[in-house]
Amino acid sequence: MELTHLVGKTSNLFIFQVDQRHIRQFAQAIGDTNPLYTDEQYAKTTVHGGIIAPPTFPVAISPDDNEEQFDLGLDYRRMLHGEQQFIYTRAIRPGDVLHCQLKVTDVYEREGKNGPMEFLVLDTEIADAAGNHVVTSRTNIIYRPLVAK
Amino acid sequence: MVQLDQLVEGQQLPAHTKEQVTKVQLVKYAGASGDFNPLHTDDAFAQKIGLPGVIAHGMLVMGFLGEYVNKLAGDVAIVKDFKMRFGAMTVPNDIITCQGVVKKIYEEDGKQIAVLELFAEKGPQQIVGSGEAILQF
Repeated sequence: MELTHLVGKTSNLFIFQVDQRHIRQFAQAIGDTNPLYTDEQYAKTTVHGGIIAPPTFPVAISPDDNEEQFDLGLDYRRMLHGEQQFIYTRAIRPGDVLHCQLKVTDVYEREGKNGPMEFLVLDTEIADAAGNHVVTSRTNIIYRPLVAK
Repeated sequence: MVQLDQLVEGQQLPAHTKEQVTKVQLVKYAGASGDFNPLHTDDAFAQKIGLPGVIAHGMLVMGFLGEYVNKLAGDVAIVKDFKMRFGAMTVPNDIITCQGVVKKIYEEDGKQIAVLELFAEKGPQQIVGSGEAILQF
């Protein structure tokens, strides 16, 4: 397999600050009007006890500095986002200072219609300032052979 | 509003239909998510790679299912796990409907767990995303 050597590769640790405005913009873009993301008074009455971010918010988490993007040397034309998963210990909240790190956790092969396809599992481990796990964002990337046109 | 403590396995959950996807929405989502791949915002770019025009971010569709999940969770449940497999492409003017079925109900560490099977479709047999959420309450 072409990608096996990438297993275990990790990015630099980066810090991401969550602000209320970003949460609101993210919910608005989805068209999600749940007051849980915008109305502190309402959110206080819920099991969450305060405003939280929508469940897919971790996709918006990346280093502020573009040069810090995690480069695995992959060909973007061959990459396809196959699956996405969020494994939560707790919801993300405004004011969180999140410590984040990407890691290639698995590479495997499956038989596809046009021959074998490789899959790459990329986890973003997201923890709070004290190091407690908040959420793992797991991206499953399909790495397709490049078809000559 | 669904009463979570009365759910039974196999139960079909009330569907939720989103407003039409618009190009402006894709621009907003690009900004909010930080995914500026021009495939989602620039028709000329999308056409250059053989598509009729821009396509929606897959994660926007997952965002629709996330909206659905937290609507079902109401003010009592917490999302512990949420996953989606991407299906057909979503394009501007598509109308996405989110649906769910109760897959499993059980108790763990004194808490109720509901596993929901989820689908987002833009028409009959046109699944744009399918997944699963685990709610704890």
